[in-house]
Amino acid sequence: MFAYIIRRLFSGVIMLLLISLVTFILFFATPVNPAQLTCGKNCTPALIEQNAKALGYDKPMIVQWGDFLKGVVVGRDFPDDKALAKTHPELIAHCPAPCLGYSPLNSATVNDELKPRIPVSLSIAVVAFVLWMIFGVGFGIIAALRRGKFLDKFLVGLALIFYSFPSFFIGLFLLQFVALKWQLTGVPAYTPLTQNPAQWLSGLILPAVTLALVLMAGYTRLTRAFVLESLGQDYLRTATAKGLSRRAILFKHTLRAALTPIVTQAGLDLAILAGGTIITEQVFNFQGVGKLTVQAATTWDLPTTVGVVILLSTFVIVSNLIVDILYGVIDPRVKRA
Amino acid sequence: MTTETSSLTLDKAQGSDVLLSVRDLRVHFPTDDGLVKSVDGVSFDVAAGKTLGVVGESGSGKSVTNQAIMGLHRGTNARTSGEILLDGEDLMSVSESRLRQLRGKDVAMIFQDPLSALHPYYTVGNQIMEAYRVHHPDANRREAREKTIDMLSRVGIPNPKVRVDSYPHEFSGGMRQRAMVAMALINDPKLLIADEPTTALDVTVQAQILELMVDLQKEFHSAIIIITHDLGVVADIADDIMVMYGGRAVEKGDVFDTFARPKHPYTWGLLKSMPRLDEVRKEKLDPIPGNPPSLINLPTGCAFHPRCAYRDMVPGSRCSTEDPQLFQFGKQQARCFLTEEDRAAVAENDMKPVERRGGDK
Repeated sequence: MFAYIIRRLFSGVIMLLLISLVTFILFFATPVNPAQLTCGKNCTPALIEQNAKALGYDKPMIVQWGDFLKGVVVGRDFPDDKALAKTHPELIAHCPAPCLGYSPLNSATVNDELKPRIPVSLSIAVVAFVLWMIFGVGFGIIAALRRGKFLDKFLVGLALIFYSFPSFFIGLFLLQFVALKWQLTGVPAYTPLTQNPAQWLSGLILPAVTLALVLMAGYTRLTRAFVLESLGQDYLRTATAKGLSRRAILFKHTLRAALTPIVTQAGLDLAILAGGTIITEQVFNFQGVGKLTVQAATTWDLPTTVGVVILLSTFVIVSNLIVDILYGVIDPRVKRA
Repeated sequence: MTTETSSLTLDKAQGSDVLLSVRDLRVHFPTDDGLVKSVDGVSFDVAAGKTLGVVGESGSGKSVTNQAIMGLHRGTNARTSGEILLDGEDLMSVSESRLRQLRGKDVAMIFQDPLSALHPYYTVGNQIMEAYRVHHPDANRREAREKTIDMLSRVGIPNPKVRVDSYPHEFSGGMRQRAMVAMALINDPKLLIADEPTTALDVTVQAQILELMVDLQKEFHSAIIIITHDLGVVADIADDIMVMYGGRAVEKGDVFDTFARPKHPYTWGLLKSMPRLDEVRKEKLDPIPGNPPSLINLPTGCAFHPRCAYRDMVPGSRCSTEDPQLFQFGKQQARCFLTEEDRAAVAENDMKPVERRGGDK
């Protein structure tokens, strides 16, 4: 087990290296000169060149990639100029490890940009996750057990309706009616969990519901399919023939097998959402990672874009690893050696 | 479709040793294509300590009959009727909770494919203990575990103290079926239903499993219903045989009599299609011509008549117009209009009676 985790971690790191390299190649493929963005209207060719030199944009791509990796491991200074650091230390932006870069456009390290935003996106993702797992999986189980009956068709149909609506529509609808017109909830806003848990939750509930409603449909259908498959298995006939109660058959024998594949899907979805939800954050005006991603992409803020991509990839790779380890615990047939 | 009016009088007298008595059992499944009459009026008895072999082609209704005994069709869209008396208690009408008490305790079942019949996520021991504890709610984990280990060692699993914690995929096919036998017998059931228990196993393991079942039957004095399409298995371990065709019993009787003097042409066909060591080797086996009948539209008259080579021996077109009931021929019964003289003529030409193997079983 230990060796397996080490090996998976190792391959995860390799994957991240490759992703960062590809992102860097894209960085250089864009028609924008990143140094141009460092000075805006005041730019002169001399200033551009000076800034490019200070931030290392004049170096060959592979060297810049090396600098970036070094920053991830040990941290970096922007600009990395030992002489300047001695004379004007206030001009140096220090970026401690793991440094994801420096955005001259925002005059801030990518880490500082991300730091306040990660909890926002993570909070929405976690609350949405709880909601869609409870309702999506719950509805799926009920639908499977009432297969072909009214409740089955109703729940699957309901899920499909929500699935068909674009999330900005659901989001705007909830915001306009539930929050503003009927005032059933407060106006959605982010409050840190540590500051006030109740307010944290009430401020998050609408964006989380928006996300959950969209994802729920997939989970309802997926769960329904897996439960139905499990219900047709021979081992359930054995369980019935043993004289077990309906409850024991459902919870111990059916769901254990049916929900295992859902773990994979859930882990991936959670990781992707934790990396920011563009539309939901936009609709509810939450300062999350998703909003930062859009900002960075639309303003050609390449260092930020690279940083966000690396962060998202890390989430996905780590969640994949966790899911695989969990799988080994849930399903004894998975060989861990 | 005529009903089986003869069943009550024709079956064995209801002695005190009759454990299971099935009367006019019907299991019909409504489908989009029509009503599938999987089991259509089957009656039979099994006495304690005896073994009934149920044989027939795929789709002849043998498994469905036995699943009905376990009440496995409850809650599905199957339409069932008839009587299933276990020790005088009608399993068709008992409550769901009473049925759960009986399942696994009084009636246990072994399935064809032990790998898919065991849950892949739980250890073999866990699953056997579960079968024990559900019927012994007072037993603690340690007792159940000891009982399980004891049972595993009795079915011949080596090193049961270690193997109890193995998962099904870590067992070989034969070991898995032994574990299934252990699970079925852990509550000393009165009736054991084995649904093709050896079909998925290789031949040497088949013999071991059968032997194990016979030994344990002697020990526990259980009745066994063994469902199979392997007549060799029936000849080995069964006392009585019931041949099913198109959802009905077409021949019933003592195994020795039936193998020696089969009464129904379908049974002749089954016996002829079995390779024999005591005959000159033939180029090919003699299969029964044609296909099993559709259970939605059974042929008129005798369901077997389209495939029967001897239908012209019956005067008129009686085989295709009139449904034969189970006629009594000595101690045997068969759904066939042929007279004993017809049979004698056929036996003279086509059939060689099967000697019972070994003779001592």
